[in-house]
Amino acid sequence: MYHKTLSYRVFSLFNNIFLTAVSVLCLLPLVHLLMVSLSSSAPANAGLVSFWPIGFTLEAYAKTFNNANFLASLWVSVERTVLGTALALIVNTIAAYALSKESRVFRARNIYLWYFVITMLFSGGLIPGYILILKLGLMNSLMALILPGLVAVFNIILMLNFFRTVPKDLEEASFIDGAGQFRTFVSIYLPVSLPVIATISLLVMVGHWNAYFDGIIYIRDSEKLPLATFMQTIIVQADMSKIDSNALVNGTQRTLRASQIFISALPILLVYPFLQRFFVTGIVVGAVKE
Amino acid sequence: MEANTVQQVNPGKTPRVPRKKGSKQPWVLHFMVLPAALLVFIFSYIPMGGILMAFQDYKPALGFADSPWVGLKHFEYMWQNDYFLKITWNTLLFACSKMVMNLIIPFFFALLLNEVRKMGLKRTIQTMVYLPHFLSWVTLSGILIDMLAQTGLINQFLSGVFGIKPIFFLGDGNWFRFTVIVSDVWKEFGFNMIIFLAALSGINPSLYEAAEVDGAGRWKQTLYITIPALIPIAIVVATLALGNVLNANFDQIFNLYSPLIYQQGDIIDTFVYREGLLSGQFSFATAVNLFKSVISLILIVISYRLAYRFAGYRIF
Repeated sequence: MYHKTLSYRVFSLFNNIFLTAVSVLCLLPLVHLLMVSLSSSAPANAGLVSFWPIGFTLEAYAKTFNNANFLASLWVSVERTVLGTALALIVNTIAAYALSKESRVFRARNIYLWYFVITMLFSGGLIPGYILILKLGLMNSLMALILPGLVAVFNIILMLNFFRTVPKDLEEASFIDGAGQFRTFVSIYLPVSLPVIATISLLVMVGHWNAYFDGIIYIRDSEKLPLATFMQTIIVQADMSKIDSNALVNGTQRTLRASQIFISALPILLVYPFLQRFFVTGIVVGAVKE
Repeated sequence: MEANTVQQVNPGKTPRVPRKKGSKQPWVLHFMVLPAALLVFIFSYIPMGGILMAFQDYKPALGFADSPWVGLKHFEYMWQNDYFLKITWNTLLFACSKMVMNLIIPFFFALLLNEVRKMGLKRTIQTMVYLPHFLSWVTLSGILIDMLAQTGLINQFLSGVFGIKPIFFLGDGNWFRFTVIVSDVWKEFGFNMIIFLAALSGINPSLYEAAEVDGAGRWKQTLYITIPALIPIAIVVATLALGNVLNANFDQIFNLYSPLIYQQGDIIDTFVYREGLLSGQFSFATAVNLFKSVISLILIVISYRLAYRFAGYRIF
């Protein structure tokens, strides 16, 4: 038994310490951010805050939630995430169901599959996509953030691979009982695929919540910017006009910015435990083929 | 799977599939694919047609039909442009370093994690290292810009412990490269480890038992059982990564770079964005993008063929 030997025990101890240290390193930046956001502005600006708040206060959060621009963007993000995920789920699962049929049953299956897969391999790129949105008149609308990425071919493939692992007997029993394809999809396939669908919808939600670039190029009005784009303008373009005019006077930008970053990342942190539980099993199951 | 549903075989004639109620109506299946097919047509195939403007001098006022055709002018200009060569080099450098690091580090981290025998600790470590993958680069760049500032946490730590002068992590070209690669590895190594952990859990325990009987220690077991079991999946990962040789991660660079370090930090994608949407050079930007897409396409096709031939890997 190797794990009883002294040398392995010593190794094991150092290994555990090393791995714990590395994992803590993955969290420290977030902890630091949270602590800055909870500190009062003077020590934060002087760079005194590391991993414990100095002069604990919720002032930054109170100000953030009084910032009309921030709240408007928060709402846009909620809208796009809910609507975008719902639409993506409907369109992609239905397509995945049809494409999971064997080509004997659904002759055009392989043609459709290639039709979709080609778009994974090659795309028109940034400029033609931008001009398309312009010509379609979708500029500055919520649909510009939802429609272009609605069909995620990779998710369709994950789902269709999972649908193919559903025992054929279930499907046949359903057909014998007189259900059509659509009924079979809704009553048989959807219920047995819930873990995979949950995983994919969480991933789509995270994608929508984090997406910022489409907001930069497609949205002009500041009250229609999704939160991720709003944060990008504050952080990267250092556009202080959006923060709060009082903040500049009081010198609270650093704590204020930290609180905004933290709030914008919070939904991800909240869904993360569920995501983590699902994605390993779900994705691995979906990726296994026969 | 397909074989066991066809029972009757008529030699010389195409076997007729026994039709059941559901399979009589494939039009329902067409109808089910239709929304996705339509969206893909509008938002993927129409822009592909728009690539033609790489061979035009596209003017928004004139539109596609009336903009003058200029042949390969933009491509020639691209090749004569020293700056283009520079950003191609930057892109390759970033993409390849990240690729190598994101293969090697998760590989060894998975090996080490495999040795953790306390399940609770193992799961906690996993939870912590996967997390950064799900945060956006906007969030992370907000944190990094703050922490890497001259008076930020990292520089405070460095000067406190080692007594060195503040480093311009994001303002000095070479340090920028270093920061980009390290922060990418920091964000992704945990997530990239999942595939190796899955392979590790698939190793037959009787192999270890047999090795134990033969008197092999843990080191020998790792060397002759664990690592050989991981090599095939590592080869697949490396092969599939080939298609990303020109993908240096737009989101990361875009949120961290500044005009100060364009020479060492600018990549093809950010260049396309600035030329195309900020300077309005639609045709030139499209030409640069087309160059990148074509190379990537070739590499992806090669990599998938290799992965299929050597490891039987298929996506569907």
